[in-house]
Amino acid sequence: MKVVVMGCGRLGARVASVLDANGHDVSVIDTQSRAFRRLAPEFGGQTIIGTAIDEDTLKAAGIESAGAFVAATNGDNRNIMASQVCLKIFKVPRVVCRIYDPVREETYRRLGLSTVCPTTLISAQILDQVLSPADGTGRAED
Amino acid sequence: MYIIVVGGGKVGFYLTKSLLSEGHEVLLIERDSIKVENYVEQLGAVVVDGDGSEAATLGNAGAARADVVIAVTGEDEDNLVIAQVAKKRFNVPKTIARVNNPKNERLFRMLGIDVTVSQTNYIFNLIEQSIPNMSFVHLLSLSHEAMTIVDAKIGAESRAANKPVSALGLPEDCILAAVIRGSDLMIPKPDTVLLPGDDVIALSHRRSEASLQAVLGS
Repeated sequence: MKVVVMGCGRLGARVASVLDANGHDVSVIDTQSRAFRRLAPEFGGQTIIGTAIDEDTLKAAGIESAGAFVAATNGDNRNIMASQVCLKIFKVPRVVCRIYDPVREETYRRLGLSTVCPTTLISAQILDQVLSPADGTGRAED
Repeated sequence: MYIIVVGGGKVGFYLTKSLLSEGHEVLLIERDSIKVENYVEQLGAVVVDGDGSEAATLGNAGAARADVVIAVTGEDEDNLVIAQVAKKRFNVPKTIARVNNPKNERLFRMLGIDVTVSQTNYIFNLIEQSIPNMSFVHLLSLSHEAMTIVDAKIGAESRAANKPVSALGLPEDCILAAVIRGSDLMIPKPDTVLLPGDDVIALSHRRSEASLQAVLGS
């Protein structure tokens, strides 16, 4: 499957590298060429410098034939806008959007975006570990 | 009217000032707290510090009772989210967003923003209008995206010169609304003859703009 990933930070680079290793055809977009150093050394996909809120950049990344789009930059609003461009203009079948702000995440989930909110996911995991009974080793129980 | 303006650059600041002087209740939201302090000194307690794309900020600003929310930050993605959150979460009746990249106007309309304002397009159109050699100028796109108003200058070489309107072979979905001849304004009838130097204002469907240009342009 053709997948376009926007944002080559830790998350975007990992998602892109894993998809590539699994045989998918991956294009990664970032505004800075330096960011691509985070990709796995054996990464064989395409890298594109630009911003995915620009339709031309998305076309260069092959969005028109993509089966999925992942928005993983640090900017919630940029992720939201790029995801909506992919859904409404390019009709990409699967669009996943990272949103840090839980309230904004809920708003856009209700509007039909597939969203992932690291803040709620990670805080739930941390709370789980903090609140589990201590056994004196300093480590959370399994 | 209660109007919330988000983004305290030059546009947001002067917009807030003008709206206040027209007697509206206005609140300006700006992220930079130093700017906010400055503005409060100049405008009074109508400026608050916050991220306008956060629902909590808009909620505290009283978005639920706002008549209009205007997003004029320098970033299109922020303006889009501000206007969408205002519309979808707070049911604000009218949302206006500034578009920096003119290509985003269509997208913003598709995504439910009521009015978009593109400075780039405005300035481009102004330049087009003030350059005399341009014989066919797109004046305005109206809220229905298919409708446009154009200004065609009839040149001596123009195929339409010295012909009556009925003989022009105009495309179907357009009408000539006005002819400006010197200082006279005329509403054209089928037998009105177009002369070189006339400015013709036409209302047209966007798909007919090119064929209209072929008929009227030089």
